[in-house]
Amino acid sequence: MLLAVHGLTKWFGSVKAVRGIDFGVAKGEIVAHVGPNGAGKTTCFNIVAGAMRPSAGTVRLDGIDVTNQPPEEMAARGLARTFQIMRPMAGMTVLENALIGPLARGLAMADARGEAYRALERAGLEDKAESPAGLLTLPERKMLELARALSTAPRLLLLDEVMASLRPAEADRIVALLQDLRAEGLTILLIEHVMRVVMSLADRIVVMHHGEKIAEGTPADIAANRTVIDNYLGRRGAQ
Amino acid sequence: MVRRERKRTGRPRGVVAATAFFCALFLVPHLLDDAWVAVLTLVLFFAFVGQAWNLMMGHVGLLSLGHALFLGIGGYTTAVLLQDYGMTPWIGIPAGALVAAMVGAGIAWLGFRFSVRGVYFALLTIAFAEFFRILFSNWPLIGGTGGYFLRVVPEDNVPLLSLRGGADHFYYLFFVLFLVGLIVSARLVRGRIGMFWSAIREDEDAARALGVRSFRLKVLVVAVSAAMTACGGGAFALMNGSLFPNTLMGMQMSIQIILAPIIGGLGTLFGPFVGAVFVVLVLEFSRDLGQTAGVYGLSTLIYGLTVLGVILYMPEGIWPRLVRLAQPLRRDR
Amino acid sequence: MVELYLKVAAGGLLIGTVYALIAIGLTIIFGVMRVVNFAHGEMVVMGMYLGYALWTLFAIPAIPAALIAAVVLFGLGVFLQVTVVSRFVGRPQHSQFILFIAFALVITGLHLMLMGPDARSVMAPISFQTYSVGGLRLDAARVQAAATALVMILALVAFLRFTFIGRAIRAAADNPLGAEVVGIRSGRVYAVTAGIGLACAGAAGALVSPLFDAQPFLAPEFTLLAFIIVIIGGLGSLTGALIGGLLIGVAEGFAALLINPAMKSMFSYGLLIAVLLLRPAGLFGGREAR
Repeated sequence: MLLAVHGLTKWFGSVKAVRGIDFGVAKGEIVAHVGPNGAGKTTCFNIVAGAMRPSAGTVRLDGIDVTNQPPEEMAARGLARTFQIMRPMAGMTVLENALIGPLARGLAMADARGEAYRALERAGLEDKAESPAGLLTLPERKMLELARALSTAPRLLLLDEVMASLRPAEADRIVALLQDLRAEGLTILLIEHVMRVVMSLADRIVVMHHGEKIAEGTPADIAANRTVIDNYLGRRGAQ
Repeated sequence: MVRRERKRTGRPRGVVAATAFFCALFLVPHLLDDAWVAVLTLVLFFAFVGQAWNLMMGHVGLLSLGHALFLGIGGYTTAVLLQDYGMTPWIGIPAGALVAAMVGAGIAWLGFRFSVRGVYFALLTIAFAEFFRILFSNWPLIGGTGGYFLRVVPEDNVPLLSLRGGADHFYYLFFVLFLVGLIVSARLVRGRIGMFWSAIREDEDAARALGVRSFRLKVLVVAVSAAMTACGGGAFALMNGSLFPNTLMGMQMSIQIILAPIIGGLGTLFGPFVGAVFVVLVLEFSRDLGQTAGVYGLSTLIYGLTVLGVILYMPEGIWPRLVRLAQPLRRDR
Repeated sequence: MVELYLKVAAGGLLIGTVYALIAIGLTIIFGVMRVVNFAHGEMVVMGMYLGYALWTLFAIPAIPAALIAAVVLFGLGVFLQVTVVSRFVGRPQHSQFILFIAFALVITGLHLMLMGPDARSVMAPISFQTYSVGGLRLDAARVQAAATALVMILALVAFLRFTFIGRAIRAAADNPLGAEVVGIRSGRVYAVTAGIGLACAGAAGALVSPLFDAQPFLAPEFTLLAFIIVIIGGLGSLTGALIGGLLIGVAEGFAALLINPAMKSMFSYGLLIAVLLLRPAGLFGGREAR
């Protein structure tokens, strides 16, 4: 397992947002976390990425205990993440946004520019390199989030609802990109609401509800699992 | 809000303008009388110190309202080393900068360690500055509230060794400081560290997720800013020959320091200078007017109204506005 | 000895109540608009001069003068809010800071022009009267100031609790910059809030005019005093401001008694630093974090 999470628990005051979750992601795998809002997916994510400290439990990356490591340390260990609320650095250009990651890895300015440019190319933003990030459209911002994450040359990519509020064609572009990335050996953990995407992309799905893992399996397993359908898919389908 | 300045190398117009500007500054003492030289020395002082403050606020987004503290540390260290230990300011000023950098780093470390943010960080800087001001006011060794006075410059004074001298000497001292400050700032801001600083200013969480070690970078900017400010304080003390905690380290001085860069334009390299010209000239003008009219308080009123006018009508500062005025000429690049 | 301590404690509680009124003015504005009024001390001094002028010109004593000052400053607060400050709500802090520094300069300039730089003291008979409570002799002016301040604070609490606009202000304070969500026109709420904030400062100023000599340069000290109280009590919390005011009033009294008076504000700043680092939400404020 590249990422192994054990007994993860998070209290917010008296609310238990995550209740002793176990899950893992193997090298080269795409794992999706699904579940209704408030199920604790983003909290799990933030803990894995180092942005939050767990109340209990451990996070291991490549067998090394990285629980409570700060986000910059996790980034240095090869973990990259996107934010659910997109956060382009609005006062900087698109290229500068993608330059931070390579520079933080210690690359020289010229090499870093090359890396940043390649990341933008993958995300289809190379034409926008010089424009201020604050002027990007919503889909472009999503792509910039991705490009920025890729610019850190990650081993493990955490994606928090990158498809949300995108049109199908735009979502398909991202799906294609993620499939390419997996083919190159990148490991991906994603939170996603768009079930069509999850079913076509994920090797394994973890279903969360009220901070607990209620099911786990291949897309086929999950589709066949009645509890899941009742708890989550059914309700969403009825919306 | 805050915008990075675009690199202007290779643009003849900018290079010519900058060269002309620095030549004009260099020639000032030969062209103007002593009164004007003194005023422009003050401009350079506030431009330099404003530049130092601007590193923190304009480039990293850390609001310090207590920068007078570093001015005081630099001033007192330089003065005491000179007077009581006979050390040349060539040692005294760097020593002051070092002490200020350590104090600044200490405050920053504490503040960031306990994640004091936003307005609370600003209040923390005020609290430390006032704490030290009162401490200095009650420290008999440095004269307390009564002040600390440098002995008159000896007859055989060599300005280049003692760094003390007449009006022209101090003008050039601050001119050099200002130039060095500008170069250091530009190099820092436009390099790797500056990119990280910008990223932290824009969104610290996102920057950290990209691997930026924000904690030490923030401590670093506070230390650099404090050290630069302390250099200004050291030179300022040499020029005045006297130091009073309440004026050198008071809240009024902290406010004075930050007015120039904010009015000139945050996060720009030339904003602090433009702002300093404006602030010092308005201050001098309103003081003259107040004295001529013989109305006590008129100068404060005019000064306040002018600041109000600028913040109302040019909230992002004078320099960005000037740049934009010149911009249509080169939009088509 | 015990009697001395009791006297200092009582005196501290009394002046602390007035401090609390000042601090409440600062905290209510911050709570609703997330704007820090760095000219708060100037507003207090304005109240002091009003108290002085009303007494000297019309022989109006401190309590009615405080009411008049409250009304005048309320008007000023609404005026400044509507004309200028409203545009700065939500702007970056440094921008707001400069705005209020400009206000402070203008007000100080006006004070200097109208009243001059010298201290002005109210020569009222009340300054020399004392009340005797269970063997403790307390300055009448202090007792009256504290009682009036307390009544005003209670009236403000009642206003916030029982009137529509008061509830709107509380709703806005619970959800700063988001009052529109619950269908309240924030412009009016902000204007009234600013008015109340300044009225508190003005009334407190008039109340202390028989106690302290009015002087333009007192202003920064009042501003910093209000900050310390508000931070200790928790920025945005009324109860916190009240308790903080009493605490600082008493602490100041004892510090002046027990340690070098010149160093007493160093103690306050030390406390402020400790609170900022360890409990940024204040000692009594639980709700709001950094």
